[in-house]
Amino acid sequence: MRYLLSGDSLVLDQERCTGCRRCLDVCPHAVFASADRKVAVANRGDCMQCGACRMNCPEGAIEVSTGVGCAAAVVSGLRRGRGGEARCDCG
Amino acid sequence: MTKPSCGCGDGPPAQSARSERQTGPAPLLSTTITWLDVLGAWRVRWGIGRMRYAVPWGLYRVGDPDSKSPVLVTANYKLTVDVVRRQLTGLDAWLLVLDTKGVNVWCAAGKGTFGTTELVRCVEAVDLAGVVEHRDLVVPQLGATGVAAHDVKNATGFSVHYGPVRACDIRDYLAAGMRSTQEMRRVTFGWKERAVLIPMEASGALKTAIVILVVLALLGLAHSRTVGWSLAADFAPFLAAMFAGVVLVPLFLPWLPSRVFAIKGAFVGALCVGAALILVPGGAVEMAGAALLGVAMASYLGMMFTGSTTFTNLAGVRLEVRRGLPPIVVAAVAGLALRVAAAFI
Repeated sequence: MRYLLSGDSLVLDQERCTGCRRCLDVCPHAVFASADRKVAVANRGDCMQCGACRMNCPEGAIEVSTGVGCAAAVVSGLRRGRGGEARCDCG
Repeated sequence: MTKPSCGCGDGPPAQSARSERQTGPAPLLSTTITWLDVLGAWRVRWGIGRMRYAVPWGLYRVGDPDSKSPVLVTANYKLTVDVVRRQLTGLDAWLLVLDTKGVNVWCAAGKGTFGTTELVRCVEAVDLAGVVEHRDLVVPQLGATGVAAHDVKNATGFSVHYGPVRACDIRDYLAAGMRSTQEMRRVTFGWKERAVLIPMEASGALKTAIVILVVLALLGLAHSRTVGWSLAADFAPFLAAMFAGVVLVPLFLPWLPSRVFAIKGAFVGALCVGAALILVPGGAVEMAGAALLGVAMASYLGMMFTGSTTFTNLAGVRLEVRRGLPPIVVAAVAGLALRVAAAFI
């Protein structure tokens, strides 16, 4: 299943990538694949932007904007008038 | 007592807010699930006391572990600990339970409470380096959103190995020498995983549902001045809308049209409300109002399911809310106006 804007903000800097493959270990949707001793974005459309790859890239080669994909959080952010900042309250 | 964890998402908790800790030498954790655990799981699945369902954080023994036994890390949501421990029957291991304020691994990792800081704190607090000879931690893969393996290594000397997504694969993962297969790493969202969420969705919609039904009953009374069969006609389209948004959206998610959850909800909502209006018809204005309000409700409930799934992202949900909420509100207000007007015609 795919959602709107999936993987839109995911950026992999291949210059910095050392091919440690940590991102392959942590990605829950198999977005990355090995490529020429480095890693490449293979299935961008499956990316839910959870940020596990960015968090675990020792080289800081991955950028992605993350957050909870939850409409209840977005709506409650709008109601609080915090510029629509999503806030996860339900655990 | 463990405090409910609201105000979550604000980074690692302050020391004062820390949950209870188990004390003394690492206690033995049973791998048997009792009827009380089953009852507790059922209860939190309905959202009753869900934010207070925690176990004390700290180090636990499973079986008869020694200094060479693996260390598995998990969250202190009791439902999580129950799922993990029943999979460890016959194994000898250490279970390091982090203080996530009673929140599951993935959600807590998203908030940062299942994170590098908390993991480092717990490793040091239980003196893990003095308990085991090796320097390996098995962290659930879904904890990776909050844990930076290289930072944990730098801070504690322990290497983080990301284990499988599902607890049922832990045994195979350990047997394979801490190696996950491709399948173990993938998050799924099959019909069983979706169905189990339905009670929680229902309990979330319950309060609003009661308010709406009371308003409808009052409108019905104003109109007919009796309580009778007409009440069924008043309720039917809304119960149908509720059923569509709460039960059918989760169950039929992959097959409903569009990637937009509000459209999925509106689609099944239109089918169910339509069916209800055909089975229990009323006046024309009344039916038009009920149709608008019902479809708006189902659409909104559909949109709310985004947060329970395993594949949505924040930017997409923002877009969906920005584009979807205005028409939902307009339809709901128009429907309500027609419904009120019908009661006084």
